[in-house]
Amino acid sequence: MTPRQIIRRIGLWLCVFVIVSPAILFFLWMISLSLKFEVDNAAYPPVFFPERIAWKNYADVLASNRFLTYFVNSLIVTGSATALALLVGVPAGYGIARMAAHKSAIVILIARITPGLSYLIPLFLLFQWLGLLGTLVPQIIIHLVVTVPIVIWIMIGYFETTPMELEEAALIDGAGRWQVFRHVALPIARPGIAVAFILAVIFSWNNFVFGIVLAGRETRTLPVAVYNMISFDQLSWGPLAAAALIVTLPVLLLTVLAQRQIVAGLTAGAVKGG
Amino acid sequence: MSALIQSTPTAASTEATPEKELRPPSYWAFVVPALVVVLAIIIFPWVFTIWMSLNEWKVGSPTTFVGFANYLRLTSDPRFLEAAGHTLVYTALSVVLPLVLGTLSAVVFHQNFAGRGFLRGVFIMPMMATPVAIALVWTMMFHPQLGVLNYLMSLVGIPAQLWVFHPATVIPSLVLVETWQWTPLVMLIVLGGLAAIPTEPYESAQIDGASLWQVFRFITLPLIMPFLFIAGMIRMIDAVKSFDIIFAITQGGPGSASETINIYLYSVAFSYYDLGYGSAIAVVFFLLIVLLAAVMLYARQRMLWTEIASGA
Repeated sequence: MTPRQIIRRIGLWLCVFVIVSPAILFFLWMISLSLKFEVDNAAYPPVFFPERIAWKNYADVLASNRFLTYFVNSLIVTGSATALALLVGVPAGYGIARMAAHKSAIVILIARITPGLSYLIPLFLLFQWLGLLGTLVPQIIIHLVVTVPIVIWIMIGYFETTPMELEEAALIDGAGRWQVFRHVALPIARPGIAVAFILAVIFSWNNFVFGIVLAGRETRTLPVAVYNMISFDQLSWGPLAAAALIVTLPVLLLTVLAQRQIVAGLTAGAVKGG
Repeated sequence: MSALIQSTPTAASTEATPEKELRPPSYWAFVVPALVVVLAIIIFPWVFTIWMSLNEWKVGSPTTFVGFANYLRLTSDPRFLEAAGHTLVYTALSVVLPLVLGTLSAVVFHQNFAGRGFLRGVFIMPMMATPVAIALVWTMMFHPQLGVLNYLMSLVGIPAQLWVFHPATVIPSLVLVETWQWTPLVMLIVLGGLAAIPTEPYESAQIDGASLWQVFRFITLPLIMPFLFIAGMIRMIDAVKSFDIIFAITQGGPGSASETINIYLYSVAFSYYDLGYGSAIAVVFFLLIVLLAAVMLYARQRMLWTEIASGA
């Protein structure tokens, strides 16, 4: 390596360090906050590495039985909304791609532009009339606003790239369209479905705005539960940060583990719900 | 049901044109379930919102048709106009800053270095993390006495700030969070653009002895312009609608210093339960986003034309 190349290498690493550090430092600080006792969290200058580690913060959060309820609520809402979205969205993406009905994507676009709150006003009234408030059903239904467009959008894009030859061959052999979809198109589309699944799960899990309006005391999802902790525990940062970390941990793990799918999905559709 | 729908039209079209057989309307069966869902959760709410916006509609009192009264009320509602101003400032900053930083980051991530994949994963964590959880930690970091940000500032000799606790600094502080959160998305989109650029222009530039800045300004930037435009558009749509971060950190405060249209809409609809007026805000809000998108499209079109006209 010539000196010039070495300087460029060092420069590059410096740049990498600068652009990655806001993310790294933030999450390290979040971990630090969550592992400190109040004395250390209220210290100035701030303590980065505490002498005593407060595992108790996590134990407290996990031990409260409400937290478990909210965790289960989140699982049910995100799980159902994602499953339903895949159930209707994957065939729809297939149909739209095969019919080349690109104009129908306008609806997805409108859904993408619409602020989440404007769905809430009419649907809130509807759920009230139907007497569904107080159950998880309203949240499952309204999370479809997030998950269905993501799934349809990604699946249209994916089915457009999968080869038609196999499907045509199967059709000529006398298979029905449903059979072709079920046995030819669907297996090939598995990676696309994985992308749609991951993004739908993440954006549904993270959703906050639907929950604060529709969730009652028993039906909160985790983001809403964490938000409510802020107002009650203004000054206990340790448990709060621990709770925040637990809420977002599944998503962060998914981000690191399924990075390739996420990047593919985001750059293809660049979709985000709510 | 699908069998019924697909049998008839296929049979009819086989005789006419054999190639058309692969694209008959029978694929509708696949779309129908999603169509029902979309009608129920996207189209119906929209139609109903428009109808509600024409009524005096408050929870607990009878509704009356008032025509465009709610819309007229908007034009003289100082809180709405102020919120619109906040929204525009917040949006402009939250589009420009991530675009600049995201492009620079993309150029860095386009290079080859060890651990690039992993670091890219770390880099995109802010935008995937749960916004409320993020907002919570930022609130702690913004704390004027105990927050780590003021400590870091003091290390480089900058006096302590009030961040989100002062009307003058609250919007820039929130933009800081928004930028931190969404720069990765711009980076990913631009990175996709960079990957698609051919290498020849760079080779000839190197032969001509162009500087790094010249290469970026005259080769890279024009070629990634379409991607920057898409990133800017997406960023605009998201920044206008930004809710979680603002609501969780300031709820529009202090006072109403960071109240954007979306936050105001929340208050009107779900704190005052004035659903008719809230619906009118929702409709105007949507139109505003469409208008901003149209302006951006128009600006892009103009830019393309001047480029062609100047022979670039």
